[in-house]
Amino acid sequence: MKRSHAGWIFVAPALAAIAVFFVVPVVGALAMSFTDFDIYALADLRNLRFVGFDNYVNLLQTPLFWQALLNTLYFVLVGVPLSIVASLGAALLLHSRLTRFKAFYRTALFAPVVTTLVAVAVVWRYLLHARYGLLNYALGAFGIAPIDWLGDPHWAMPAIILLSVWKNFGYNMIILLAALQAVPTELYEAARIDGANAWRQLRDVTLPALAPVLLMVSILTMAGHFQLFAEPYVMTQGGPAQRTITVLYLMYEEGFKWWSLGSASSVAFILFVLMFAVTLLQLRLARDTEAA
Amino acid sequence: MSARGLAVNAALALLAALTLFPLAWMVAASLMAPGEASTFPPPLLPHAATLANYRELFATAGIGRQIVNSALVSACATVLSLLFNLIAGYAFAKLRFAGRDATFRTLLGALVIPGQVAMMPLFLMLKQMGLVNTYAGALVPWLASVFGIFLVRQYALSIPEELLEAARIDGAGELRIFTTIVLPLLKPIVVTLAVLTFLGAWNDFMWPLIVLTDRELQTLPVALAGLSREHVQDTELMMAGSVVTVLPVLVLFLVLQRHYMQGLLMGSVKG
Repeated sequence: MKRSHAGWIFVAPALAAIAVFFVVPVVGALAMSFTDFDIYALADLRNLRFVGFDNYVNLLQTPLFWQALLNTLYFVLVGVPLSIVASLGAALLLHSRLTRFKAFYRTALFAPVVTTLVAVAVVWRYLLHARYGLLNYALGAFGIAPIDWLGDPHWAMPAIILLSVWKNFGYNMIILLAALQAVPTELYEAARIDGANAWRQLRDVTLPALAPVLLMVSILTMAGHFQLFAEPYVMTQGGPAQRTITVLYLMYEEGFKWWSLGSASSVAFILFVLMFAVTLLQLRLARDTEAA
Repeated sequence: MSARGLAVNAALALLAALTLFPLAWMVAASLMAPGEASTFPPPLLPHAATLANYRELFATAGIGRQIVNSALVSACATVLSLLFNLIAGYAFAKLRFAGRDATFRTLLGALVIPGQVAMMPLFLMLKQMGLVNTYAGALVPWLASVFGIFLVRQYALSIPEELLEAARIDGAGELRIFTTIVLPLLKPIVVTLAVLTFLGAWNDFMWPLIVLTDRELQTLPVALAGLSREHVQDTELMMAGSVVTVLPVLVLFLVLQRHYMQGLLMGSVKG
């Protein structure tokens, strides 16, 4: 077996699997989004019709789609910054040379990341219970009246954000911790000689040094947040008052509850385009601030 | 310890306590008598610890079946992912062939497409092939992954070229070089990829929810989501179900933590 042949033979199985089970379906989804693929087409393909952009036009005229988009953007725009601030705070604490038992704390703070999302969403549903939940009980100690976290349209999404921050902050914490450890100590020494206090050091040394990693982390975290699905599926079923229906939740219901697979495919593509646009926007913003 | 040191350590201790609390409460509530968690003030510890919820979970809800399903699907996903990704990742790193770099760049580019886009046509394809409601259907997305190939490639880049050349001069074929020389060197990344895949498959929800509708075949997260809709009031039973779902992956992570973290850090430098 010649080396040049060996290369292709070695990558062929993986490429074939990715082509058949990913590339073909993605192209298929684009095609399907221009058809009225529904339960009748599922029974008999002859019922399938090409409908052009009808699915997209219909979606844009459906209030539920806009609600889902709004809810998803709420989750992304509030959840991502909170999550990264929590990760950065935890990483700074872990990085401090004053910290004892670093390995233990690192593992403890990371533990929620490896847990099963569905299982911890079930746990949090009870912790957030209006009457018997421990969160309201703890807040009661500070004189805060019970909140119907998952039953009040205003509080359901904040509750899901709370769970999501708890579940995910450990992931970026590890990445930021590694980045912190790579910042040259001379920079801090120089800042100290210039009389910079801890806050100034964070602002003038740490954050600029972390900027590239923070950009990467925020892009990946945003991509993850756009794919919110299991939390509302388990905790709220999209309610109350449709305030936790997300774009993916809508795709799932359209596709696998109502079997409108054509319409579901168009939802998926809108999500894809949206995620792509937001990533490009972030990269552009980062480049502009760097140039400025 | 200075006042500052005390503050830093106290803040970390508090943060760790808050982080671990939901998991600790899950275990405590799973040992409570039915109805005990739904009293006021909410109890932190069971009055008299009981395994009744676990017994009901296995006897009535038949969760044993879903544990087997989850273990089987995750183990097969791990083996398949190793079979496909190891050899491909190595080839992308060390073998020269026409179009290699362009192909690899295209693969990385595909990472921007969210996997859910593929789900509707994939479901139809599997339906045609008779794989809906089978383990095989749940396993299809785990065959090869861009992330897995990337991870192995990054690691394989560090294999010394001289080692491979020496074997070639000795007349060894490429497949033999891979199995006898490369694979042993890749052992750390094999463990890393295995842990990441096993945990990913165990915790996966949306695709198994779509493709496994028969309760006999469902994995734990899917079954748990279904149970939690039927047993909204049975807090203690649901906590037992959550413990059974979370515990295996948590233990696996604690044992292989170093490898998991390595994979996480390697995967995050792709930007």
